[in-house]
Formats: sequence, C-alpha cells, structure tokens
Amino acid sequence: MAAISSWGRLGRWEHEVQALTGQEHIIRQLKNGRPGIAHGMGRSYGDVCLNPNGILWDTTKLDHFIRFDENTGRLHCEAGVLLRDIQRLFIPRGWILPVTPGTQFITVGGAIANDVHGKNHHVSGSFGDHIRQLTLIRSDSPPISCGPGLEPDWFAATVGGFGLTGIITEAEIQLRRVPGPWLATETLPYNSLAEFFSLADASETGWEHTVSWLDCLHSKSVRGLFMRGNPTPLALSHGPSSRKLAMPFVPPVSLVNPLSLPVLNTGYFHLKKRDSGQRLVQYEAFFYPLDNLLDWNRMYGPKGFFQYQSVVPRPVGFDAVQAMLKEIAKSGEGSFLAVLKTFGDRKPVGMMSFPQPGVTLALDFPNQGQRTHKLFGKLDAIVREAGGRIYLAKDARMPRDLFIAGYPRLSEFLQYRDPGMSSALSRRLIGE
Amino acid sequence: MPDTIKSIAIIGATSAIAEHCARLWVKDSAVNLVLVGRNLAKTEKVAADLRVRSPQSTIRSLAGDFIDPLAIRQLVANITSEGSPDIVLIAHGSLPDQIQCQQDLSANHEALAINGVSPVLFAEAFISPMQQANHGTLAIIGSVAGDRGRKSNYVYGAAKGLVTRYAQGLQHRLAKTQVKVVLVKPGPTDTPMTAQLKQQGGKLANVEDVAQAIVKGIGQGKPVVYTPAKWALIMMAIRHLPRMLFNKLDI
Repeated sequence: MAAISSWGRLGRWEHEVQALTGQEHIIRQLKNGRPGIAHGMGRSYGDVCLNPNGILWDTTKLDHFIRFDENTGRLHCEAGVLLRDIQRLFIPRGWILPVTPGTQFITVGGAIANDVHGKNHHVSGSFGDHIRQLTLIRSDSPPISCGPGLEPDWFAATVGGFGLTGIITEAEIQLRRVPGPWLATETLPYNSLAEFFSLADASETGWEHTVSWLDCLHSKSVRGLFMRGNPTPLALSHGPSSRKLAMPFVPPVSLVNPLSLPVLNTGYFHLKKRDSGQRLVQYEAFFYPLDNLLDWNRMYGPKGFFQYQSVVPRPVGFDAVQAMLKEIAKSGEGSFLAVLKTFGDRKPVGMMSFPQPGVTLALDFPNQGQRTHKLFGKLDAIVREAGGRIYLAKDARMPRDLFIAGYPRLSEFLQYRDPGMSSALSRRLIGE
Repeated sequence: MPDTIKSIAIIGATSAIAEHCARLWVKDSAVNLVLVGRNLAKTEKVAADLRVRSPQSTIRSLAGDFIDPLAIRQLVANITSEGSPDIVLIAHGSLPDQIQCQQDLSANHEALAINGVSPVLFAEAFISPMQQANHGTLAIIGSVAGDRGRKSNYVYGAAKGLVTRYAQGLQHRLAKTQVKVVLVKPGPTDTPMTAQLKQQGGKLANVEDVAQAIVKGIGQGKPVVYTPAKWALIMMAIRHLPRMLFNKLDI
C-alpha cells in the first residue's frame, strides 16, 4: 500500500497502486481485481482521482506516442502521455494542443476524463472537442473504440466521465497549427464586475485566449487584471528562463491566511498592473504560470486547501458572481488564486462535461474546517439558485443534491458506467 | 553538429531506463538506432514512439533470444555487419523474487542467466568489433545491488556483481584503446520492473533523471556511473561496513 494525496493535499490515504503497461496486461488486471480508478498525475484537487484502501491504476507508464501525421496534425498516443511532452515536441514543429488547462503536468487520459478547458473556450471549446478517437478498456466487455463519429454515445459518456466508463488507454488528438512558441498578450486592469464583462465581451472576437485574475478581498469594489493573448510569429531573441522554484517544505500553517492575503493580493495587483499593456510572452509562462513554482500546493500548509470552481449561466452571471464575492468578503476567508472567465456559447462534448455557456469563477481556500465549509454552503446556494454547476476535477465536498441538480444528464451517463470503476468521488456523489 | 549520424544499439530496449535514454538520444539530433528486445511487438512499440519523436532518425527494431550464446553471437553480428556502433547500451534485466529463487532453483538459474550471464555475453560479442574499429562506448547496466550481497536480494545482486566484475575486466583489457566501457549502477528506479518495491512503500528515483545521468555518463565515457549520485556514497559505506555490523542490518 502507498499513501497518496491529490493536489489539494486534504489528506493522505492508503492505496494499492498498480502500474498499467500493455493492453493485454490491462485487460487481465481489470478482470481479476476489486474496483479501482485510473490515476495519472494526481493533479485534480479533490477526490475524483482517489480510492482510499482500494486500487489505483497508475497510467503514467502508458507514455508512448504511436503515430503522428505531419500533414494533418493528427496525433495518436497512449493516455499516460503528458501534455508537457506534446507541447515540447510539437510546438517547435508548428503544432500545438488546441486546448490546455493551467498546468501541463497532466496526462492525456486525465484531460479527457475531466474534459478540461483553457483560456480559449470561446474559440476552441474543451479538450474533448479535439479528440477524434479513443480506446476504452472495460472490466466487463471487450475494449471499445469511440469518437465523435464512432460509438458517439460511448464517447459522450467517456469525455468528462471522470474515469467511470473504463480505462482510457489511447487517444487520437487533432493538434492545431501554431506559428511559434510566443503569444502577443495584453493585460488590462479593471475596477468593477461590469468592466470585466465588457472586456470579456469585447475580447470574444479578435482574442483567442482570455482570462482574468480577481482580488476578491477588496471589499469596496471588485478589481482585477484581464489578460488576453494571441499566438504570434513574432519572437523575442532571449528564451524564457528554465529555472524552476520549488516550495521545499510544508509550512506549519497556511501561508495564505487572513493576515497575509490582503498584502498578497494588493501586492500582486500592483505588481502586475505595472506590467499592464502589451507584451510578448512565451507559451509556458502564459499558459502555465504556476508550473514554475513546483509543489506550490504546499503553501497552504498541512491541512491542505479546497478549490471551488463553479459555472453559472450568462444571464444570471453578473448577479451570481457578485453575490459569491460578497459572501466571500463577508466571511473574511479569502482566495489568492481567484480566476474569473467567460465560457463561449458551445454545446459541451461530454454528458458530464463541466463547461457550459456562462461565466466560471475558480477560488482557492485554505482548509479551515467548519468555517470553510460554512462559506461553501453559502456559495452552493448561489450556484444552485443560478442553475450552475461545480467542477468535479476540483471538488472534494459538494453535496449530492447540488451534483444532481448541476448535471442533468447523470442518469443517462450511468448507463455507460463500468461496474469495475469506483472512486472516492463516485461513492460520495453517486453512492457506489 | 556531428559530422556523421551517430549509430546506437540498445539491448533490452523495452526496459524503461533504456527507453528514456533513447528518448534523450533522439531529442537533439538524428541518430541511427537499433533496438533489440525479447518481444518484437513491445520493441516495435518503443520504436514507433521514437519515430514520432524524431522522424529524421532511422530506427530499426529486432527481437532475439537473450539466453542462447549462439543466438546472441548472431544477433550482434547482424547489428555490427554494417559497422561497429558509436554507442552500445546493454540494459535488460528483471527483478526476481528472492524467496522464490531460494526455493526454486530453476527460477534462481533463470534470474542469474538473464541478469548476469546474458548481459556479459552481449558485451563480449560487441566488444571485439568495437576494439577492431578502436572506437565507441559500451555501457552496461549493473546495479547498486551488485556491490555487496544482501539477504533481501542476493540472487539479483550476484548476477549484477558478475556484470560489475566483467565490466572491470573489459575496462582493463581496453585501457590502451579508444573504446570506453561504462558501468552504470542505478539505485532503485521507478519503472515497471520495481512496481512491487513501490507497492511496499520504497522511495524510487525518477526514471527521466536516471536516464539523463546515464546519457551524460556515456557521453563523458565515465568508467562508473552511480545514479542518483548519492548511491556512490551509500554503497561505499555499505561495502566497507564491518561484517559484525552489516549482519545486524535488516536489508
């Protein structure tokens, strides 16, 4: 047994870890075992990748590329390949992942199972939008190949299906042409929620990537920084520094706390405000700013932290976000990493995909026990009222009724479930 | 840029350490690579991955018998027929169950053959054409386990000890030539071979870091490469520990 935690570090639990290697081997492993769940880099925040006292199927050894067509940009690879390896290998050759989340230390399989999104949802949708085919190995039937045009129901269940339809072992990804590793970016400070929405709307056309950081402690009014960017053939002569910093130990208390937060947020706001305007930024710095601070999750101390990411429909977006920010300010709990972003008007690929048309707010909170849960209860009420949902890849605590309300295709999805797959999250929210 | 494309042969190419070395070799320039494994389908999977990483490289995969001396001779003759390689990496092995080896002499024999006899036969077969060409580096993967026999894995350790002594002999024999022999001694590394150790809570080295150290050591023609480097110190201590103390250790 090995003690495993997820990215939120809310606890460490014993797991029986079994490495997956070849296809035939996996079929045998699934047949004569207890239920388990696929586990890649463990970068999801809550319990979607955990199965305490049970089996975790480690997918990181499934890290082979299988085929790449230089003319079409179609990449066939195993599911344990890291997004980092795809970016590093193919960007110099003129191809890039069309969708990437805020870390590249995740596997292709994890990106599909959580149907991750990035800063360009309004242009490119989610990760699943670019999967042409995938292979699913199940405990109760022969392997299934599926894609948008082949067994589309299996595909829709598996994309965003948080690992419950079987083990994703291979995928074909459609990469996108890119002129180079640089982006032309612009950072604009904003001082109200209305200003954020008008910047977001104005940037929908003409900007591929949009995202914003928000100071949610600033009680008088909302303030933040709106960032947008486009790929560019331009380049700076000096490459980015490859130096990585690491959080070398777990501090005894969270470094993010009510005393430090106003200083951190104000400091960050003014530091970045100084850089506002147009700049060329290399893709790693633009897409993955936190990847350069290894083990940054340790800064929340031994009790770990929660991420609360919701999406609410656009018509009620303004009011819902405002209400959530008010609750947070009132509670005195703060979030250093607060990200506000609009999603485009696109139909999600997966039955259980998180992105839906609207506005998404992601917040990190140090785990303060009851106090933190009390705040979440209030935020839940706002999300429920607004007809929104919470992101499973981030969740460690949402109540079952909010899950059922937020994911109306749940019962349809459950028809595709593999009885051999079970996670802490599935037991918490579905009951098995 | 090298004048000519480097030619590299890897025996046991499906081993995770060897595979990561190959990924590093194809990363910076085109190479001429021959991959040899016991299972052709698995070896071909590694080759396909490397072809995606480096379309400009030439990558061939071969399967062969790793135990039969005549088969080994023939396989190596096939590889060296077009010239002696610039680099040979002999990387195969499998971690046997010590207790099973104590009870079942066939399992014991098999473990000694695949981890000890087989790699040295490959080394011997490659070294003659390399010596004739007076060129190239032959690297062979031993193990820290070969430095001193311990009750928890002395069958594997003895096989790797054979590799160690053989590499020393080759180094002595080739001291006056341009041919370099590199003995690699990895500590426990996170690969499919050590899945059982990991399950028991062992702390394992990252295979990418281990491969990086091996490729660097081969480039420099170092006689011995411990990786991670701390194992050089740990094993020095273990080798020199007086028997009275050593026998009290549960390792």
